[in-house]
Formats: sequence, C-alpha cells, structure tokens
Amino acid sequence: MIQKQDMIIVSHKQIADHIFELTLRGSLTNEMTSPGQFVHVKIMNGSEPLLRRPISICSIDRENEQFTMLYRVSGSGSGTSTLSQLMKGFTVNVLGPLGNGFPVDELEEGQTALLVGGGIGVPPLYELSKRLTSRGVKVIHILGFQEQKVVFYKEEFTALGETYIATVDGSFGTKGFVTDVIDKLDVTIDGYYTCGPAPMLRAVEQKLSGVDGYISMEQRMGCGVGACLACVCHVQGDDTGTAYKKVCSDGPVFKSKVVVV
Amino acid sequence: MNRLAIELPGLSLKNPIMPASGCFGFGKEYSQFYDLSELGAIMIKATTKEARFGNPTPRVAETSSGMLNAIGLQNPGLDHVMANELPWLTQFDVPIIANVAGSTLEDYIDVARVISTAENVKALELNISCPNVKDGGIAFGTDPKTARELTARVKEVSEVPVYVKLSPNVTSITEMALAVEEGGADGLTMINTLVGMRLDRKTGNPIIANKTGGLSGPAIKPVAIRMVYEVSQRTALPIIAMGGVQDSYDVVDYLSAGASAVAVGTQNFVDPFACPAIIEDLSKIVKEWELEHILDLKGRSWGKHGKTANHRA
Ligand SMILES: Cc1cc2nc3c(=O)[nH]c(=O)nc-3n(C[C@H](O)[C@H](O)[C@H](O)COP(=O)(O)O)c2cc1C
Ligand code: FES
Repeated sequence: MIQKQDMIIVSHKQIADHIFELTLRGSLTNEMTSPGQFVHVKIMNGSEPLLRRPISICSIDRENEQFTMLYRVSGSGSGTSTLSQLMKGFTVNVLGPLGNGFPVDELEEGQTALLVGGGIGVPPLYELSKRLTSRGVKVIHILGFQEQKVVFYKEEFTALGETYIATVDGSFGTKGFVTDVIDKLDVTIDGYYTCGPAPMLRAVEQKLSGVDGYISMEQRMGCGVGACLACVCHVQGDDTGTAYKKVCSDGPVFKSKVVVV
Repeated sequence: MNRLAIELPGLSLKNPIMPASGCFGFGKEYSQFYDLSELGAIMIKATTKEARFGNPTPRVAETSSGMLNAIGLQNPGLDHVMANELPWLTQFDVPIIANVAGSTLEDYIDVARVISTAENVKALELNISCPNVKDGGIAFGTDPKTARELTARVKEVSEVPVYVKLSPNVTSITEMALAVEEGGADGLTMINTLVGMRLDRKTGNPIIANKTGGLSGPAIKPVAIRMVYEVSQRTALPIIAMGGVQDSYDVVDYLSAGASAVAVGTQNFVDPFACPAIIEDLSKIVKEWELEHILDLKGRSWGKHGKTANHRA
C-alpha cells in the first residue's frame, strides 16, 4: 500500500560528482515489494520546492526498516541541491512505494540476465541484481556514464556479478555507449532489464529485440499516482493515437515492445 | 446543524471543499487514500466529445512556489466517461461537477446535453479557459460576447445548473463574469491557470514541449484572491474559488474575499491527503472562532459595502 511518512535520514553522502546516496528509515520500507519502484520525496515543508521529486529505490534493507536511494543534484538552487544539504537526523516526507517494478521470478536458477543502466538510471538495477542473484540467476551488468567522475557503485555491482562500465568520453572502461559493450558480449542472454535515458533504452530494445526484456521509463511527473496525466507515453502498435500508459502508475517498468520509448 | 454544509445551485455540499478539475482524474487514484464521500464535491477531468491524447511530453515543470502544466485536455472522451468513470463514482455519496471542454460551440452543446443526464452529475463546469490547446475553448474564454452566447446555448440543453470557469488571462475578468451571468450562468468557478513559460538554463529552450503552460499553485493565489474579491462584489453569482490552496487558512482567505466554496488543485499532488486534512481543519476553525457557520466569513474583506446572499445549508 502507498503510504505517506516522515522518514529519518540515517546516512547521507556524496559518492560521485553531483551524485548523492541517501538512506532513510521508517516502516514505509515494509511496503516496498519489487525492485524498480520509486518514492516521491517532499524535500522541505511549505511551497519551495513545491512538488515532490520521484527517486528510484536503490536498495532495501527490511531488517532495519531502511532503504537507500541515489540522486543527482541538478544544479544550484534546485530542489535536489536543497535535499543534498539535509543532514543525518533530519526527516524528509516520503510518499511511496509507487509504481510497478521489475519482475524477478521470470528467470530460473542458472539462467543469465543482462542488466543495462545509464547514468542516474543505474540505481534501481542494484536491488534488482541482489534479488536475481539470490535466486541463483547469473547477472551481467553494463553501466554507462558520461565520464569517470560520475561513475558510482562499480564495486557494489562487481560483488554481484560481471560488470562492464562504458563512458562516453572513454575516461573509464569502454569508450562509447552501453550498446558498444553489448556488441562485444559473447553469451546467451535469457532476459534483460534496462533503465536510463530514452535514447539508450531505444537502442537497447532494438539491439536485444530477440530477447524478453523489461524497460524502466523516466518522465517528468506531477502527482506520481496516476491522476494528472503529466507522465504519459504512447503504446506500440496503437493506430488510434489515443492509447497511453502512465509512467508513474502503469510503469515505470514495462515489458519490452509495449510502450513507445 | 452542519456548520460546513453549503447549498449552491444544483449542489448540496457537506463542506465547501472539492478537488479541482484535472488535478484528481476521475477519482480512482485518490480513492486509495481516503473515502471520496468525505469531499464536498468532485470536479472531474475535462471531458471532450472524442478521446484526446493531449500534448507531447514534458508536460509539467516546477516553478517558484508553483508549477506549469500543458496536459492538453487528455481524456478518454464522452462515451467512455459516461459508460465507465461516472458509474464508478456512484459508489460514493458525493456530487460530481463535470468539467466540459470543446473546440466548437457544437462540441460543448453535445457534451453538455449528454453528461448532464448522468445521475451523479449535479452541475457542469464549462471550461472556456484551458490555455494549453489552441482550439481548447480559450477563444470562448477571452471574448465576452462569445462566452455569453456559449453559456446561453449550453443552458438550453443542460439538465443541471451550469457554472462557467473563468480564465485569468484577460484584461477584465469582471467583464467576462458579467457576460456569462447575462448568458444565464448559475455560478462561476475561478481561476484557471495563468499562461507562463520556463526555459532550460543551458539551452534557452522552453522546458514544456508545448512551449507555454498554465501556472498553478501558491504562486497564483494573490492574483486569484484579487479576482474573486472584485468579481464577487459585482455579480450575484456564487463563486467556487481556486488557485494555490494549501491549507484551511487559504480557504478562509477565499471565503473572506467573497467565494462560497473552494477547490484544491495542485496541492493534491503535494499531499494526496490535502482535501480531507483541510476539511478537518475547517471544522476546528469554526469551533475555535465560534462561528455559527463557515460562511459567516464570506465577504468579510469587502468592508462596509453590500452583502450578498449567503449560500448556506
Ligand atoms: C495538471 C493540471 C491539469 C489541469 N487540468 C484542468 C482541466 O482539465 N480542466 C480545468 O478546468 N482546469 C484544469 N486545471 C486547472 C485547475 O483546475 C485549477 O483551476 C488551477 O490549477 C488552479 O488551482 P491550484 O493552484 O489549486 O492548482 C489543471 C491544473 C493542473 C495543475
Ligand atoms: S505523474 Fe501524474 S499521472 Fe503520472
């Protein structure tokens, strides 16, 4: 069930250029079911900033009733820059968990999953990877970033499985895009999961068109619960042009070939 | 006596609070948070004759104490609303105000004729003020003569009272109010959003795909208060006011300025429990302030000038 709760900051630190890791504690954590869901965060009381910010859940620690999210500070004076200044012990108001995440039971023990993330689309793949590996699924991670200084969670992902990094400027790992790494892979993939900017999602969906996959979409949001229609996307194969899916409540994760990325 | 209950043309409201059109869909999403029967009424998303996809994304952008939106009147169309959304809402004990939009006079008439026959639709809200579609009725909302004519024609076919939603994007909103009053409107709802823009700092491009969007939220409240204050003293029509309501004191402000009921829009996104929270706080206010009725506050900002009828239950 979706809840609204003041959650306490138990840790908050910068882990790469403009990238922060925030861990919150509260019973709302118990409502989180699948990796890939997100929360809608009210950074300060009052009207500045006014709207909540959708942020993906990166990892869930049920035992301690806490979860971690990663976010990028989008510029000085932005809501996320205000968020980045909040210290341990402060509370932030969280609405969540929202949306439908990645299904983890579609792959069996011994099968291979390809997890492809780009930039701030990488975090939800971390909880997903933990769930898949705990089922005995073999995971391969391909993570794309702009440049070395914004790379994060390389060790965390490496601990779970094979991990390749691509940077656009070549300052770390393979020079180029995640699809350049996919081209070089020589394994049979049983399923893929991807989250990141739209051009990357499109390229991955196209490249892996013979494989079943799940795609997590990003869109600017208003309500986050399906009421305002800010976050809609078109549906593949719809001739009327009026069919749509809401990223916040029908997604953010969709089976491949369902929505127009 | 229920000190929050209000009688308006077509509407018996348990309290003066209702979600504003476009900020509450057709109620389904928010019904997971509370019982919709707690609300005074529900203003449902704009309905047009045919289904509409609306504008390309991005459709929203945050601004200082507000937001811009250009949804573009996305809705499933009249037939779907009649067959699915309205029947679903009958499980709640709450009057529905149907927001009607169109691009031609005939569109408005066709939608109004049909939607006003739904058993739970107790009033229409003519949306002649959507700034986000070229052909979305704003032409009707900026010219007094066309607005009067549209109101009169819709009145002829509607089975329920007709409220007209006014746009703030005009030189004189009072002139518009008087025109629709002459056309036979039963009430006014105001205000719709103010046209605005936000630019990307790096590229200079508008952030909203539609380029312009409608500004809502606390940022517009001073403008809306001024407009309600002016219009309420010039017409006899009851006003359902909206614009930046976040809490019960904002509601008090609108009633003081001359409104008879208040709608909550953007705040639903900030806090899905906003409406029931405001209703609860209003009951506290009437007790603490020892008011016989919440509408004792109505028009108290006007000073010594006239008093219009209180629309009290
Ligand atoms: C996302 C969004 C969608 C809206 N859609 C409609 C609509 O379909 N019809 C309408 O009459 N007004 C629509 N409005 C305007 C609101 O009903 C309201 O008049 C305005 O937002 C001011 O109130 P607020 O500041 O409380 O949001 C919309 C507003 C928003 C933010
Ligand atoms: S953000 Fe409001 S419908 Fe998705």
